[in-house]
Amino acid sequence: MQTVVQSPSRTVVIGPDQPFCVIGERINPTGRKVFQAQLQAGDLSQLEIDVAQQLAGGADMLDVNVGDPLADEIALMGAAIPLVQGLTDVPLCIDSSVIEALEAGLSAYQGKALVNSVTGEDERLEAILPIVARHGAAVIGLANAEDIPMEPERRVEIAKKIVSVAGDHGIPPEDVIIDPLAMPIGAEPRAVTLFVETLHLLRDELGVNTTCGAGNTSFGLPGRHTLGAAFLAVAQSHGLTSAIMDSRRPEMVEAVRATDFLLGRDEWGTTWIRMYREKQAAAAT
Amino acid sequence: MTHEEILKGLYDNTLIGNAPEVKDLTNAGLAEGLEPESMLYDALIPSLEEVGARFERGDFFVPEMLIAARAMQGALDILRPLLAETGAQQVGTYVMGTVKGDVHDIGKNLVNIMLEGAGFTVHDLGVNVAPEKFIDAINEHKPDIVGFSAFLTTTMPMFKANINALEKAGIRDDVIVMVGGAPVTQEYADRVGADGYAADASTAVRLAKELIARRRSAVPA
Repeated sequence: MQTVVQSPSRTVVIGPDQPFCVIGERINPTGRKVFQAQLQAGDLSQLEIDVAQQLAGGADMLDVNVGDPLADEIALMGAAIPLVQGLTDVPLCIDSSVIEALEAGLSAYQGKALVNSVTGEDERLEAILPIVARHGAAVIGLANAEDIPMEPERRVEIAKKIVSVAGDHGIPPEDVIIDPLAMPIGAEPRAVTLFVETLHLLRDELGVNTTCGAGNTSFGLPGRHTLGAAFLAVAQSHGLTSAIMDSRRPEMVEAVRATDFLLGRDEWGTTWIRMYREKQAAAAT
Repeated sequence: MTHEEILKGLYDNTLIGNAPEVKDLTNAGLAEGLEPESMLYDALIPSLEEVGARFERGDFFVPEMLIAARAMQGALDILRPLLAETGAQQVGTYVMGTVKGDVHDIGKNLVNIMLEGAGFTVHDLGVNVAPEKFIDAINEHKPDIVGFSAFLTTTMPMFKANINALEKAGIRDDVIVMVGGAPVTQEYADRVGADGYAADASTAVRLAKELIARRRSAVPA
């Protein structure tokens, strides 16, 4: 199954036979006090830096989250989307838990966006899916409802429900990307084995594309980027087709591109070799 | 083993999260006639406080904190009934939960552990807790404090929604409201009308004790 997202001049295809889709996570105020203060003051100037750094790191798409409880998120989203689209032609992932902010972002977006996200809760499905359908966007479905089930089968049940309800709203399964929920390995020793089992079930029973917050796994641990890189290689080899991740970290992006090469999604290592040359050229200047 | 050896063993093994050893030493302590209070206040709590201090300095990581807490829980399971028997002081009752829309629980769980270690009775409602559930739990447990946790900037507005719900239910003044979580600031806590905010787990415990003491002294006997 292939998920297609677009800007006016670029198409990104997410799928099991495609190179892994790196979605840059940096435009998000969580854990960024300075950015929070800027958003509260209506200042979006940081986005230019965030966009440039993430693209330089190799992002295929960018997530845009400007949610701060002391800021006007709806207005900010409506302004941030055209601003980012003026800076780059990579497709965007519009990220908010506020319905009106998603609506504002989608209305401002040129092309086919990805919406982040909906859960399996009825109230969220009924609020978000009609907007996604109306704008012809794709959507990320989180495999949790009121709680996060620790059994892979139950996460897959929630995923099936999301795909089914999306279908009722006219959103085809290829436009639903399921997030099986990557959780911190430091707090739950089975977190990644459960994640991998869920990926297998999703691939075999639904065939949908998948994504996750790749940084979650290494929360609260030393050597986060090395762990993140290893996690991505493991997840990718078990069927993960995209991730929302810190694309400014070479360890993580290199792990993804190496795995693409190893799994036959970068024939003759064309991309891998190009990355090497670009790095050499950058080091030389 | 001398009492000192047992207490030192409890301290050292809690620190490294060796749950089986902590359990054995707790039973050994009881067999040797050590007071439950002594094991709690002279070994277990100081050890967990050291774990918390190392964690805040960045010398300890999440798994180390969690296994230390688990080791202490094992000892508490044995000691709790005995402490109740001897009438060890009840510090306070705490109802805790991650707000609706948010499923992050590591920070909340760490605070719970530190609170229990300090002698609080904690009723943890889990994650994605709707305002009505907080209200039901407050009515059921009559806590001194209710704690709202949020990890996302986008779920922090639930603090205000919860506080509004408490007001509507007529129970806002019956409980102290504390808030916390990675993106939360003192300014935000003040703005939503919370009674307390702490940036980390051990500060949260200190503040919880302080707020309870303040309230108890303010209430005419």
